[in-house]
Amino acid sequence: MLHTFVAYVEDLPGVLTRVASLFRRLNINISSLTVGRSERPGLSRLTLVCEASASAGHRIRASLFKLENVVDVDDIAQAPSVTRELALIKVAASPRNRAQIFDLVEVFRARIVDLTSESLLIEMTGVESKIEGLIEVLREDDGRILEICRSGKMTMRRGHHTSGVLRAMGAGVADAAEQDRAAAQP
Amino acid sequence: MGIDAMTHLTTPTRLTGAEILWATLVGEGVDTVFGYPGGAILPAYDALRKFPIRHVLVRHEQGAAHMADGYARASGKVGVAVATSGPGATNLITGIATAMLDSIPMVCVTGNVSSKVLGTDAFQEVDITGITLPVTKHNFLVSRAEDLAAALRHAFQIARSGRPGPVLVDITKDAQQATAIFDFEAAKPKLYRPHPMLKVEDAGLAQAAELIRNAERPVILAGHGVSEAGAMEQVRTLAERAQIPVGLTLLGLGSFPASHPLNLGMMGMHGEAWVNDAIQEADLLIACGMRFDDRVIGTPATYATKAKKIHIEIDPAEINKNVKVDVALVGDLRAVLEELLPRISSRGQGGRDGSSWLKWIDGRKGESAVRDIKNLPDMGHLYAAHVMHDLWRITGGNAVVVTDVGQHQMWEAQYYHHEHPRTLITSGGLGTMGFALPAAIGAKFGCPEKEVWVVAGDGGFQMTAAELSTIVQERLKINIAVINTGYLGMVRQWQEFFYERNYEATPLVSPDFVKLADAHGIPGRAVRTRGEVAAAVEEARAANGAFLLNFLVEKEDSVYPMIPAGSSLHEMILRPGRDPLEERADD
Ligand SMILES: Cc1ncc(C[n+]2csc(CCOP(=O)(O)OP(=O)(O)O)c2C)c(N)n1
Repeated sequence: MLHTFVAYVEDLPGVLTRVASLFRRLNINISSLTVGRSERPGLSRLTLVCEASASAGHRIRASLFKLENVVDVDDIAQAPSVTRELALIKVAASPRNRAQIFDLVEVFRARIVDLTSESLLIEMTGVESKIEGLIEVLREDDGRILEICRSGKMTMRRGHHTSGVLRAMGAGVADAAEQDRAAAQP
Repeated sequence: MGIDAMTHLTTPTRLTGAEILWATLVGEGVDTVFGYPGGAILPAYDALRKFPIRHVLVRHEQGAAHMADGYARASGKVGVAVATSGPGATNLITGIATAMLDSIPMVCVTGNVSSKVLGTDAFQEVDITGITLPVTKHNFLVSRAEDLAAALRHAFQIARSGRPGPVLVDITKDAQQATAIFDFEAAKPKLYRPHPMLKVEDAGLAQAAELIRNAERPVILAGHGVSEAGAMEQVRTLAERAQIPVGLTLLGLGSFPASHPLNLGMMGMHGEAWVNDAIQEADLLIACGMRFDDRVIGTPATYATKAKKIHIEIDPAEINKNVKVDVALVGDLRAVLEELLPRISSRGQGGRDGSSWLKWIDGRKGESAVRDIKNLPDMGHLYAAHVMHDLWRITGGNAVVVTDVGQHQMWEAQYYHHEHPRTLITSGGLGTMGFALPAAIGAKFGCPEKEVWVVAGDGGFQMTAAELSTIVQERLKINIAVINTGYLGMVRQWQEFFYERNYEATPLVSPDFVKLADAHGIPGRAVRTRGEVAAAVEEARAANGAFLLNFLVEKEDSVYPMIPAGSSLHEMILRPGRDPLEERADD
């Protein structure tokens, strides 16, 4: 099954290698990985999606926690959450056939973000299946797609969490982590 | 110009990175390091003489890593190995992986090229932090003197906390040469964060106590975690109070006294049949600080199918990894048992009566005993079992025995009965040949007052035999027993059992080990008959310095019992009922 992990990691050189290396060691293929700054200074937030047996979730999360630079890990599993992906798609389009693409973009609630006489650039945010849908339709017209760039999935739990992950892990852990961070302050 | 390291530990001072390295080690309680110099670590070596640290010059960096490992296993303290960049660093790797798989606290310090040329394939540059990433608990690349003390102190914290393991600190040459303010206190790492998934809840404890109370055929499985957590007393109390027999993993040997009536001995691939039979028949297994390794469980599908399982373990990633358990108490073994014990009552107070189960297990021992080689009449053959038995008898089970990997390792585990924790030092997880001699050197430094024995095969001994010089240079009293079969014995055994005796690449020509020792200035003796063993062991013990015994044992003897890899525990190959060599004659 597909597992989705959200983790906070220290924003330092080599940390991503450590995360990636763990999955290589476990012989698990990472199907999607996004990383960026989080609401917490010095910490990056990553969303990692991988295919592994249903029982593997516990061990992956426990192993991620064993990495020294990993601060929090949340196994999203089946929890109510919002998942999005961003895609940039460049398609060949002349002034004559643009209108048709404009319509498509409208239907898929995407946006045109760049336009030249030979091509245009579509930006689309959504769940994976919607992005796949748009690409599918664009593909029906042979040779039209010039480039696709997809961000991979980003996931956040639904509902109110001061720092979603911490709450999801239960207050006890959050407190310990919080104290640890407090102790780290000079 | 000497440096008062102790003053620097209390008063912030400007020092070079090289001085900071040693001052920090002193502050962390290090008095001995094992290493080998080279260009990229020379600034550190240049500063060494100013500090109260004994440096042991090894003959190969793999030896340095094994020595640091043996030191840690024998003493419970963090072992330290030092090497230069490039080949020095890569030579450490086997030793680091050995420590990783057995959860040994160790810090390896390597020099690297100057930070200005990092990543340019400079002379003797390797990406050692990249290379060791999967075999260290964590590693650091330090390129500024001001970051060094904190990185090193953090490394020590990581190495010894939670489930221990090796940590590598790679220091660029310019970081060793530059100066920075050394402030030991300020470099203290932040509070150690226990693994967030540790979990010992009331409900789990209650459930475990309930399972123990109702079990009719329970077995405690004691692993390396017992000595790592210092939980010997707690395990013993549990066993005695609830009258539960204890089986041990290879690395668990010594953490429960061999002479204790509830001790069953070693489990697993070469464990005695009664131990494995008991596990297969059990209705409850209480796993303490062990990880259900494949050498212990055989086929997972058929492992102890009748038993409920309680797993007490510090590493959450080990829970349900190889064997699905019913109750997981994830935490420090000693702390967990302290919480569990008040819920366990003894027999007189309504606790369980274990006598019929113990009697059943006892009944299985008789059959094994008649097959035991040491109970067979002396047919003139010298078996390794005899050697181990006499070594155990003469040393009273009190020596620290450091074994290599192969048949002799299993014979030692079967016939040397360890009474105390940290008296058997062996590479269990990685199974690293060449481990014994260097690890014994480390062990001797870790516990100088103890009698230390190396037990190695003729193959593995040759892998690191160069460290004999280290023994001489450091004037160490270490006794060496080579169990010489003329084969890579354990591999030959597998060829005999599973590859139709196709002895490909296992017959082994060796030098005369007694002469080899003599060339190093170490006296020795060859032993060919059973009758000579005891006197030879006594002679070695009585010798002032190191002594080597070359035991020319039967060449084609095999380790029994044996569970073929991938088979079930109850499918053991038992000992032949007669002298194996006599049996071979009928073939
Ligand atoms: C470094 C290394 N290489 C290969 C092996 C595989 N191996 C396991 S046991 C063994 C034979 C060991 O022979 P010897 O040292 O003579 O000991 P014996 O089994 O005869 O007691 C070998 C080659 C290993 N464990 N370690």
